[in-house]
Amino acid sequence: MHELAVTQSILSIALENARKVDAKQITGINLLIGQMASLVDDSIQFYWDIISEGTIALGAKLNIERIPTEMRCYDCGILFFPNSETFDCPACGSIRVQVIHGDEMRVDSIDVE
Amino acid sequence: MSTRIQVIEKILSANDELAEIIRQQFDSAGIYAINIMASPGAGKTTFIIKLLEALHNRLRMGVIEGDLASSIDADKAKEAGLPAVQINTGGECHLDAVMVASAMASLPLDNLDLVIIENVGNLVCPINFKIGSHMNMLVASIPEGDDKPYKYPGAYRGVDALVISKIDLIPYITFNMDYFRKGVEILNPGLVTFPLSAKTGEGMEFVADWLVSKVIEWKSNLLDDHIS
Repeated sequence: MHELAVTQSILSIALENARKVDAKQITGINLLIGQMASLVDDSIQFYWDIISEGTIALGAKLNIERIPTEMRCYDCGILFFPNSETFDCPACGSIRVQVIHGDEMRVDSIDVE
Repeated sequence: MSTRIQVIEKILSANDELAEIIRQQFDSAGIYAINIMASPGAGKTTFIIKLLEALHNRLRMGVIEGDLASSIDADKAKEAGLPAVQINTGGECHLDAVMVASAMASLPLDNLDLVIIENVGNLVCPINFKIGSHMNMLVASIPEGDDKPYKYPGAYRGVDALVISKIDLIPYITFNMDYFRKGVEILNPGLVTFPLSAKTGEGMEFVADWLVSKVIEWKSNLLDDHIS
């Protein structure tokens, strides 16, 4: 898994944005991560505790908001949250569907003092 | 008292930015770059070696090999007489833009039309890290099973071409091609697909011809852009 690389990027984005406002301490990081993004929350937290040491982000709380996978059917147009492994449209059975949400990996905001 | 600062930045934006620079470097050298991804054991290296043979004398090629900790794959490409660079990721599960940027420096960029980048064998991580390629290709092998599009949707969504490898094993393995193709179609409608066997050579000419025409078309567009 690539949580270490992802966590390092989160840290550098947080530090860079904190520096811009001369923050003394980062107290929280708010992340938006899609369900399809193949990231494990505990694993990010694990690496975070190690790599944030010695920075103003040490001890910051990681808040991870998971965005559910949402799809749109090309044929009948409805939006739906797939619950079967096959992703078929629940209304018309079409397999022509498009992923609308679920692969996000964003730093939404940081909390600083 | 803490204050909230809006950031709204993609977590991997730094990698994305470097990947864009790499792509521009490939563009200005007139090199088309392909990122080949697959699970471990899907037959990426064998496929690439056979592809290099099929493209011999048609395109000038170089190879960047990603691997955890050996140079076996790059050695095979060098045996075939091609400029090849090995990146040992030292345990990382994917190639990233920084690794590719440093590998590029070891290739004779002025004398190449095509660079094939073999990513680390993994169906999860590589897809999140852009490396400046013009095309992402996935190699899926028959023995992996027909359910892989459903289990690794990210890998199937993020590619521009799909090779179904080891089709010589179809008689021996339970593999429902319709179920497999349905999963692919849901995730990536209209995806260009090449069923083949690198071992027997069956189907290799189709992907080779297609790549040659892709590169020629791309180069002529590049030329048009320079003129206009």
